[in-house]
Amino acid sequence: MADVCYDEATCIYAGADRPAVDALNLDIKDGEFVVLVGPSGSGKSTALRMLAGLEEIDAGSIRIGGRDMVGVPSRDRDIAMVFQNYALYPNKTVAENMGFSLKMHGVSKEERQRRVREAARLLDLEPLLGRKPKHLSGGQRQRVAMGRAIVREPQVFCMDEPLSNLDAKLRVQTRTQIAALQRRLGVTTVYVTHDQVEAMTMGDRVAVLRDGRLQQFATPGELYDRPVNLFVAGFIGSPAMNQLNVDVDAGALRVGETVVPLSAAQATAVAGLSRVTLGVRPEHLSVGGGELKLQVDLVEELGSDSYVYGHLVAEPDTSLVARAGRGRFRMGETVGIGFDPGQLHLFHPDSGERLGP
Amino acid sequence: MMAATDTLAAPPRAATRPTPAIRRRRRPGIGNVVWGVVAWLVGILFFFPVLWMVLSSFKTEAAAYTNVPQFVFSPTLAEYRHVFSSGVGSYFLNSAIATVVSVVAVLLLGTPAAFALSLRPIKKTSDALFFFLSTKMLPIVAAIIPLFVAAEAVHMLDNVWTLVILYTAMNLPIAVWMMRSFLLEVPSELLEAAEMDGARLWRSLREVILPVVSPGLAATALICAIFAWNEFFFAVNITAARAATVPVFLVGFISSQGLYWAQLAAAATIATLPVVLAGWVAQRQLVRGLSFGAIK
Ligand SMILES: Nc1ncnc2c1ncn2[C@@H]1O[C@H](COP(=O)(O)OP(=O)(O)O)[C@@H](O)[C@H]1O
Ligand SMILES: [Mg+2]
Repeated sequence: MADVCYDEATCIYAGADRPAVDALNLDIKDGEFVVLVGPSGSGKSTALRMLAGLEEIDAGSIRIGGRDMVGVPSRDRDIAMVFQNYALYPNKTVAENMGFSLKMHGVSKEERQRRVREAARLLDLEPLLGRKPKHLSGGQRQRVAMGRAIVREPQVFCMDEPLSNLDAKLRVQTRTQIAALQRRLGVTTVYVTHDQVEAMTMGDRVAVLRDGRLQQFATPGELYDRPVNLFVAGFIGSPAMNQLNVDVDAGALRVGETVVPLSAAQATAVAGLSRVTLGVRPEHLSVGGGELKLQVDLVEELGSDSYVYGHLVAEPDTSLVARAGRGRFRMGETVGIGFDPGQLHLFHPDSGERLGP
Repeated sequence: MMAATDTLAAPPRAATRPTPAIRRRRRPGIGNVVWGVVAWLVGILFFFPVLWMVLSSFKTEAAAYTNVPQFVFSPTLAEYRHVFSSGVGSYFLNSAIATVVSVVAVLLLGTPAAFALSLRPIKKTSDALFFFLSTKMLPIVAAIIPLFVAAEAVHMLDNVWTLVILYTAMNLPIAVWMMRSFLLEVPSELLEAAEMDGARLWRSLREVILPVVSPGLAATALICAIFAWNEFFFAVNITAARAATVPVFLVGFISSQGLYWAQLAAAATIATLPVVLAGWVAQRQLVRGLSFGAIK
């Protein structure tokens, strides 16, 4: 087990005009579960593969347990990886798949069998040890891939979208199992996903990437409460945070005809700006109570709640979504919505950076 | 608006995986019957000469010559005895050496090349591939005189090892192309997983990649073996009595003894057998196909 440190780590693919991973800094503590999340092409896999030794570190460095990994081949890094397609050895049985790395490291046959059996028990794979991968279901293959990683007892686990080939229900189950297993084993883990729900539910801390650059590295709670910019604000949370460009007027916001008061700290942060981008999550808009008029375009019933989609009567080209209790609102209706001033996010209208607390 | 919005509501990713095509049992329509008949006709048309060759080989010379061809006759092994007594053995030995050694050499040389060109591509990879193919564009006829002169200069005319070298060179481009296409089917993650598990390149190749592509290697070996076994042009031009191969033997049969149909048919049947046997042995490997079900 070890801590992992990305220090200005950069990877530029041959022929690319910009780095796939650009001066990435991450300090990952021993035993921590860190999730790299971002849209497709944001450099998550590349960042992970740099750690695993499958891509070059073109600038900066990555350290595992304080040891610089530049130029160290992956087989000497003591890292196990779970691939998106699992990459199980098709001609080997489950037991041979799991024991392969131990064999490569000269572990005796008895010791190998003992450890494979132990990992198999942990993952419910015992009855499958003699099978070939092609005779396994998707979920079983996924567990074999996990098993192959854990028998090694490596310093670091790397996982690249290990759940994306499972169906939705199994994915949710396996997600909790992996998180629980990691906590139990205490092995430092870097986990890549494009799914923000996975990121928020699994990670001790989450790193949000965009175009190869780190946007924010924080706990799930902090990402949700204090996104550092509009990108993170929009990426984390579902449905995405509402964004409105509004006028600043004497330390308060003017939305249509309504004035939304700001706290002292918020007022200081927007001083000097005539417009800001206001962000508010759907669950923080109170529907039916406020003075701002919303024309309802669509109501999505989820069973427990409903999402009300609509636009401001005063500004028809806006679009907002709010969470409401079930069955209370109808399409075409006009309802009042209200803001909780303590749950507003303010962003710079041009740069998108967060303003104020 | 962003990727975030499609996470909750997104259908399970698995649902978007291509589902295996459902095989529908078709009702036999008139069109199918017509196609069936056409297929049988074409099949018989292709197979008939082979069948006729085998049948004729069991006839007496007189029976093979009848003007209304006989389908019913009393079979005899006389012509086979004739062929064997005419010293086919050394020709078979030459063919076997030229074929087996050249196929082994092709696999040994071609596999690393195909590996480099598929799993470790670089910028010049497509140029290299084109170069391999371009060597097949020159008609062999255009190269035979320089080859003959060269072989004579090093005193290797009428030498079976010259054939080995030529057959290896002749088959190498095709083999590299074929094996490359099989190796391209191997997900690169397999090699990466083996490397992360601590295997060195040679070990990963032997234990992980080779078993996966062995059906491809079998197919390649079979094709190369067929080409080498049936090769005639080189053999007839640069060999004489000592190193001549089976195709040369067959032709010699025609000219030296006149047109004896039954005997020629028997000789041709014997010449065909090894290839048919090789195909039959390789079949298991071939039909097993590249089963990547476990990784894709
Ligand atoms: N082998 C490669 N060669 C060249 N460019 C690549 C390669 N792999 C990825 N890229 C590029 O690098 C960027 C980051 O890719 P990747 O790390 O795979 O993103 P993600 O995993 O976040 O979807 C993308 O723009 C992608 O096109
Ligand atoms: Mg990826």
